[in-house]
Amino acid sequence: MTNVTMTVNGKAVSGDVEGRTLLSSFLREGLGLTGTHVGCDTSQCGACVVHVDGKPVKSCTVFALDVAGAAVKTIEGMANADGSLGVIQQAFQDHHGLQCGFCTPGMVMSAAALLADNPKPTESEVRHYLEGNICRCTGYHNIVKAVLAASGQDVAAVAAE
Amino acid sequence: MPKDGGIGASTVRREDIRFLTGKGRYTADINLRGQAYACFLRSEVAHGRINRIDTAEARAMPGVLAVMTGADFAAMGGNPAGWHIPSRNGEAMKEPKRPVLAHGKVRHVGDAYAVVVAETLEQARDAAGAVVADITELPAVVDMAQAVANPDLRVHDEIANNVCFDWGWIEDNRAAVDAAFKAAPHVTTLELVNNRLVPNAMEPRASIGDYDPGTGDYKLYTTSQNPHLSRLLIAAFVMGIPENKLTVIAPDVGGGFGSKIYHYGEEAAVLAASKALNRPVKWVADRSESFLSDAHGRDHVTRIELATDLEGNFLALRTETLANVGAYLSNFSTATPTFLHGTLMAGPYRTPLVYVNVKAVFTNTAPVDAYRGAGRPEATFSIERVVDKMCRELKLDPVAVRRKNLIQPDQYPYTTPVGLVYDTGNYPATLDKLIQIADFSGFEARRAESARRGKLRGLGLSTWIEACGIAPSNLVGVLGARVGLYDAATVRVNATGNISVMTGAHSHGQGHETVFAQIVSDKLGIPASSIEIVHGDTSKIPFGMGSYGSRSLAVGGSAMVKAVDKIIAKGKKIAAHMLEAAEDDIVFEDGKFSVTGTDKAKTFGEIAFSAYVPHNYPLESLEPGLEETAFYDPANFTYPAGAYACEVEVDAETGRVEIASFACADDFGNVMNPMIVNGQVHGGVAQGIGQALLEAAAYDDNGQLLTGSYMDYAMPRADDLPMFTVDHSCNTPCTHNPLGVKGCGEAGAIGSPPAVVNAVIDALHRGGHTRVTHIDMPLTPSRVWSAIQN
Amino acid sequence: MHNFDFVKPSSVADAVRALSAQGAQALSGGQTLLPTMKQRLAAPAVLVSLTGIADTKGVRLDKGALSVGGATAHAVVAKEARKHYPALADLAGGIGDPAVRSRGTIGGSLANNDPSACYPAAVLASGATILTDRRSIAADDFFQGMFTTALHDGEIITGVVFPIPEKAAYVKFNQPASRFALTGVFVAKYGSGVRVAVTGASANGVFRWTEAERALSASFTPAAIAGLSLPSDGMIADLHGSAAYRANLARVLTGRGVASAH
Repeated sequence: MTNVTMTVNGKAVSGDVEGRTLLSSFLREGLGLTGTHVGCDTSQCGACVVHVDGKPVKSCTVFALDVAGAAVKTIEGMANADGSLGVIQQAFQDHHGLQCGFCTPGMVMSAAALLADNPKPTESEVRHYLEGNICRCTGYHNIVKAVLAASGQDVAAVAAE
Repeated sequence: MPKDGGIGASTVRREDIRFLTGKGRYTADINLRGQAYACFLRSEVAHGRINRIDTAEARAMPGVLAVMTGADFAAMGGNPAGWHIPSRNGEAMKEPKRPVLAHGKVRHVGDAYAVVVAETLEQARDAAGAVVADITELPAVVDMAQAVANPDLRVHDEIANNVCFDWGWIEDNRAAVDAAFKAAPHVTTLELVNNRLVPNAMEPRASIGDYDPGTGDYKLYTTSQNPHLSRLLIAAFVMGIPENKLTVIAPDVGGGFGSKIYHYGEEAAVLAASKALNRPVKWVADRSESFLSDAHGRDHVTRIELATDLEGNFLALRTETLANVGAYLSNFSTATPTFLHGTLMAGPYRTPLVYVNVKAVFTNTAPVDAYRGAGRPEATFSIERVVDKMCRELKLDPVAVRRKNLIQPDQYPYTTPVGLVYDTGNYPATLDKLIQIADFSGFEARRAESARRGKLRGLGLSTWIEACGIAPSNLVGVLGARVGLYDAATVRVNATGNISVMTGAHSHGQGHETVFAQIVSDKLGIPASSIEIVHGDTSKIPFGMGSYGSRSLAVGGSAMVKAVDKIIAKGKKIAAHMLEAAEDDIVFEDGKFSVTGTDKAKTFGEIAFSAYVPHNYPLESLEPGLEETAFYDPANFTYPAGAYACEVEVDAETGRVEIASFACADDFGNVMNPMIVNGQVHGGVAQGIGQALLEAAAYDDNGQLLTGSYMDYAMPRADDLPMFTVDHSCNTPCTHNPLGVKGCGEAGAIGSPPAVVNAVIDALHRGGHTRVTHIDMPLTPSRVWSAIQN
Repeated sequence: MHNFDFVKPSSVADAVRALSAQGAQALSGGQTLLPTMKQRLAAPAVLVSLTGIADTKGVRLDKGALSVGGATAHAVVAKEARKHYPALADLAGGIGDPAVRSRGTIGGSLANNDPSACYPAAVLASGATILTDRRSIAADDFFQGMFTTALHDGEIITGVVFPIPEKAAYVKFNQPASRFALTGVFVAKYGSGVRVAVTGASANGVFRWTEAERALSASFTPAAIAGLSLPSDGMIADLHGSAAYRANLARVLTGRGVASAH
């Protein structure tokens, strides 16, 4: 076991991990932050996406020790300071961008990374950016709509919800 | 009731708050004090005889608490099939035992034969690597045609030709159908495959067994769509423990699509291990395990024939299908290719004569069971493809042909030649609506524009019907069902006036917590925020049958409405006493009980309080309290229907198909929350497009799953799909349930695959590739390219 | 996965030393290695992370060529190569998905030499030079068949130098599930001639289509290769496409690459 230290959602945290401990396991088992989900073992579903130093990362495909010292942000850190939903989260609720909720944390984290990089994406840019986040429930229609809405764009023209 | 909260409002979902903030509580998120971890050993061969399993080295590994094998469960019962389907000759269906863990033989890759329990997950996995299984590989039975033809190949030693049953529907009509074919001016024949799919709910299955040595009670947290049914199966059939000593909790569940209806052996294994170790035992599947061990869907090979006159009037239809059930019978695997498939072969049409033959076939593959749509997508695909092929053969317009064969609005109730009675509908209306919203008239201009970019554009259509809320119990009992198909709800008005609704339905993405509260709020005039929907815990909810088959609202919702009606009826009695009026003079409206024609009234809250603090109360004639339970057993199925259109662009040089647009005109009866209904259609259509273009569970000749991860199993991604156009304005309310609802969860997955395939064939024909009459799903680029080359 | 000791050196020299240990293996972005380890198909005793070495990261222009550090993430190349070598930026921006591109590195991709990876096509078509802790290797010598390269045990890719072409394009046809290249073609036009590299198609990994190179060097137009075809012998055949299909894709994508080269 090795001690690892990092910042998670603005708080310094540390814990003992093995070399093989994945960041997703450290977050879920070590810190109890179970909002980060694991939906596959081949790095494709994206349910586990978190931000590491501002960049989207599949937390099931990085060792906790490899991001020692980094600033990590998870779905638990996405609400406003007063606990209300952040802009992207609110847009997902308003536009029914989630059903079972399992892919949602990764989807929100990827959407946040997109909008940080590209504040006014086109529909096509949103779809391409989210290609590494698999949703089985929504057919993506309302997810794309929610991301466009979160970017402040008018989604009234988008086909019926 | 304000329109932003009651029936018909697009109320945003209350459950979203916890899902969006990482506070959902899925089974894998639950950690019990002192829990140990289970890792299952799974067969690497499709078929093999287990000679010996040496667990000694594994038992000695660090942290290992127990290693159990099939032998430890041999005395337990098997996981049963829920529906008996007799063969045409009257023989009973073949039901081999499906043990908790494989014993004697392994019968598919992924068949679990042992479980290691250790202090940590990694220790369990490390020790699993030290279990030595001596298994002699046997020839694998993979191809269904071979399975039924080769007497030397047997999945189960006692079942010759691997046939579970040979079902005819309706056998008495067979001769008349055959005669009609003999006399028909034209017969169109199509052989097709309905491709095997992996449901792939994003949350992998997980289970935690928790035995309490003090009380002898078992508790199971599990990823289930219907916890009460799982409890019944585990307690009464598999483990032989009293039902009241087992609680099953299905907390937040990350999608099901059918795959979590069933009881799986891992659930019994963690319960037994928990009892053996006196501590909780947790198992979470990784995705690779899910691919190998979740029940798969579809997998039919069908020959369909359509007899018509030369004007395209349908005269008769017959099909022969081989339906794969895999290595063991999963709980609803026998109902899916029969009563959810054969009975739907009339579709929305007036075809006078229909005969369906289905042989269910065992193979050395994962069990196959209901997956979103379950039988109805297979029926719809076969019908809509053969109709399209016939139109092309006779050079008839596919819209006009469908229109003239549709059941007309004045023909309801309509009895089909395959035994269903459609209560209501308006199929021409949804077809007309589709033609408008999909802008059929603008197609030629869009096609020309695609052509300028070197792409072949095509337009495909399907008109479809399904049957939801399978019922009634007394009829399905005659047909072989071994369970009832009612549902239940308890409405508990608390003393302070807020309400807990315990429903037998289970939400794993459908939004029941929001929609059910909308309905109760509308009926009782109580703000939705004062209504809590409780589901998923057998210790809290009445015995219900869970959620699948688009039944939650039509069956579970109806039970809830009946319970609400009982609450109102009792409230009137209390109000009559308090207001010193006759019960018949009490009216209930907008949350108030009032004496008709007067301003004398009591609020709902006052009545509730009086029921629990019965100081001024007719105790001699009425029990205190305000809590009612209702069971609802529907009189008939509901029959959602619709018309779907797909436009595709085909890149002939690469075979790549792009969905240019997709439009749906549906009739779901009354709609409780349009936003949620639209979302259900979107998701269903995405899965249907996935089946048509991307997804296939492919086994090689040795029974190895070639598509065992997302590296090879193509899931629809955001950039594979367009925005969808969805309409459900042409609704004809269901005539036999109190809400007039029909169900919407499966529609998209049922109507869409044939629309996509018809569109691709249309594009190829318009592009001059007229020899291509059919391509089997999924229409991958290489398959489409190969079809063009040939 | 099996457990291991994790080390994260901050210099190339320390990394080379660490890699000399018994059972040591290099870890770059890990986007391929971690899934492999989860399946217990790789079980290193020591894992040496290369992402802590600052001077193997970044993109810079050097004597008219584009130099990319071995531990540079795909996302960084997608952004920083855009101005100098847009086709390379396009390629990097199309690998995996955004989260994969945050972690995956050019050095890791080249060292693995997956037959369906994108980067080998750019490196081979550009006639790039692979720099390691001990030598430089020409692209034509580097790729030696599926999952095989000229690298020695413990040798680390520190950078790749790309000569910048007049025009180039990468056209990738996705394998529908994995989103790796079912076939991808990189076309690069230099003053000295045209190079065409095909990935995803051959069982031997990335290769140059010399016949097309000759035709395109004479005339850089889609018409110049319209009559050519690739033999399907040696092409990969799997459930995503036959050998003939891949050969066809290579031809079609080459033409499209020429048409879209910029």
